[in-house]
Amino acid sequence: MANACENCAEKRLIEETRELLSKHEKRRDSLIKILEEVQVKYGYIPKVCQLEISDYLDMPLAEIYGVITFYSRFSLEPKGKYNVAVCLGTACFVKGSKEILEGAKEKLGINEGETTKDGKFSIDTTRCVGACGLAPVFTINDEVYGNATVKKMNEVLDEYMNKE
Amino acid sequence: MKKSLEEINAIRKKMRNELDLRINDNPSCRERHILVCNGTGCTSSKSPKIMERLNELIKEKNIDNVRVVRTGCFGLCSKGPIIIVRPEDTFYSLVKIEDCDEIINSHIIEGKIVDRLLCKDISVGKVNKLDELPFYKKQKRIVLKNCGVIDPENIDEYIAFDGYKALEKVITSMSQDEVIDEISKSGLRGRGGAGFPTGKKWSFVKVEPDGQKYVVCNADEGDPGAFMDRSVLEGDPHTILEAMTIAGYAVGANQGYIYVRAEYPIAVKRLEIAIKQAREYGLLGKGIFGTDFDFDIDIRLGAGAFVCGEETALLESIEGKRGQPRLKPPYPAHSGLWGCPTLINNVETYANITQIILNGAEWYSSIGTETSKGTKVFALGGNVNNVGLVEVPMGTTLREIIFDIGGGIPNKREFKAAQTGGPSGGCIPKQYLDTQIDYESLKSIGSMMGSGGLIVMDDTKCMVNIAKFYLEFTVSESCGKCTPCRIGTKRMLEILTKICDGLGTEEDIERLNDLAKGIVKSSVCGLGQTAPNPVLSTMKYFMDEYLEHVNDHKCRAKECKSLTQIVIDPEKCKGCDLCKKACPVGAISGEKAQVHTINQEKCIKCRSCLQTCPFKAIN
Repeated sequence: MANACENCAEKRLIEETRELLSKHEKRRDSLIKILEEVQVKYGYIPKVCQLEISDYLDMPLAEIYGVITFYSRFSLEPKGKYNVAVCLGTACFVKGSKEILEGAKEKLGINEGETTKDGKFSIDTTRCVGACGLAPVFTINDEVYGNATVKKMNEVLDEYMNKE
Repeated sequence: MKKSLEEINAIRKKMRNELDLRINDNPSCRERHILVCNGTGCTSSKSPKIMERLNELIKEKNIDNVRVVRTGCFGLCSKGPIIIVRPEDTFYSLVKIEDCDEIINSHIIEGKIVDRLLCKDISVGKVNKLDELPFYKKQKRIVLKNCGVIDPENIDEYIAFDGYKALEKVITSMSQDEVIDEISKSGLRGRGGAGFPTGKKWSFVKVEPDGQKYVVCNADEGDPGAFMDRSVLEGDPHTILEAMTIAGYAVGANQGYIYVRAEYPIAVKRLEIAIKQAREYGLLGKGIFGTDFDFDIDIRLGAGAFVCGEETALLESIEGKRGQPRLKPPYPAHSGLWGCPTLINNVETYANITQIILNGAEWYSSIGTETSKGTKVFALGGNVNNVGLVEVPMGTTLREIIFDIGGGIPNKREFKAAQTGGPSGGCIPKQYLDTQIDYESLKSIGSMMGSGGLIVMDDTKCMVNIAKFYLEFTVSESCGKCTPCRIGTKRMLEILTKICDGLGTEEDIERLNDLAKGIVKSSVCGLGQTAPNPVLSTMKYFMDEYLEHVNDHKCRAKECKSLTQIVIDPEKCKGCDLCKKACPVGAISGEKAQVHTINQEKCIKCRSCLQTCPFKAIN
């Protein structure tokens, strides 16, 4: 049963990817735009999608893998439902964002780039989200939290922990 | 619908009238425009929700002479969300959604300014108007002219303030050479950092044989802590489209690309809207202004790689590849995108073009210093009171920017250094605060103009640690193509980490210096060649701190944890025993109700005691 379901999911993924691909020209310079869309849609770039892209653009899978791993926006692993990203831009750094990052790691028990076992949280670092006036900042998905302290971050994380 | 020249002019006339209150004081004006900053900073603190609420209230109360306008960044980001009411120019700062009712009821309906929301300046106190703020007094806005004045998502508002007039002038009355000549005479230099003369760059592309050529806008602002280009794109996207079209006309290209970071969702969205509107009006596309000149622009997203700000790496990335720099020569002007001649300029460079065309090279070159003309936008951040976006004439001193405009250092701390040029630049110490900023002067003191990040650091910052921070950045952003950068920066980081951990020696400092100089000489691209700058400049000006780290095992800023001693203040300690219980290694001793002490030999500096002490007696 489980296998059958996995197949369904994969089939759906293939179909969705094909539909997404059909909106793009078959040129290699479409690659990054396609990867961006897949990343936004699924939170990472599943291997099935990579294979589909490889077929569509007539490019070796290795090259696509090379591009994915080169750019920090693309990820090969799914991120947590809530992705906590601590800004390590210079403006935030001089205002103590490293402490915030350490606090998040301690609170969630994972390192940056990792996801909690239940798939709920992951931690990332970002370079300048552009809210330097609110430094130090961290974001959870699209929500920006400014003038952060470790205490404030813990409170916010507690709120998310109580969420679904 | 495509618009003819006459129709565009008619729109300009009508809109200019309607929007006059945005820039001119007019006491008899019945209308009010409430400008709400929708830059990334203010958006992060919920300014779109404030706009929504204001609109709701206006509708509820049937007010007909008030318009709520979405604008780009006003600049003073640390006071956001910011609202400005025109024409009286009232400047409200740190506005919350709950404040909207009072603004509408008191200010709009009763005509009484909401005193408690007025912006408080660190030196002059509360002010009524924007131009009374010291933050704005020494600024000169050319690049940011429209930011915070117009709605960036409305092409008509852009047209109102001379938008697309420069394009009209160029296409209908100037030859290609005349345009390039004007840009050359203005003295404009590339704002991406290196400062190459823009006119010269244009002429290199122009002289290439006719055929497919491209115009590219570098909006891959990867420098951590810099947000100048983003603010221009968010606040005034059409000026970039217009300037790129002018560039296309001058060099003989018909296709442009804007390479912008995907991390800038608002900028991307506004560019998309602007391109769509410009196409609808026929300001992009085939036969612009009824001539046979075609030009179109597409967006390409950058996906988070600092090295893509390097022009040849950027081209690789547009072509859909890993963004690794190419060997130069050939330069992009000769062989760029898909091997065709390509003009690449930075956002801020383009943002100067329309003003130069409209006001003339002579006007532009009258601003600035001997070698650097015009203005420069800085993203002022770090330990400074007024964090935000600042545009000043070249030749302004660092002291003016940090103390007059930036309002000085918060918390009564001392100024220690200013960092310009991001990971490629250097730290500038106190003795150079009065240096007039231009390309040459910054280079001569071991830093560089860079794209415009300006981070202020106070005396709680350890300069070795700052150098380490930048090296961490370059190590993770090195593309891996050439050995000096890929391996050299990694080794430098290892040495710096060793020093910060208190394990360094004087030989390490020497080795660091040799390595840095070697990497500067032998790396392929600008990223590698400049990566050691933060280390070289801190070694030049703060060598005493490096020596302190290795010889005395001391970090005066107390940032390097391995080098700081955690001690209990006997005056504040009440002997509650909490720290003793929290200490995982049993380094704390003392009887209950007696002053406790830490055994430094056992202490692992985990700071657990520091966090548990209820009396703040440990530091």
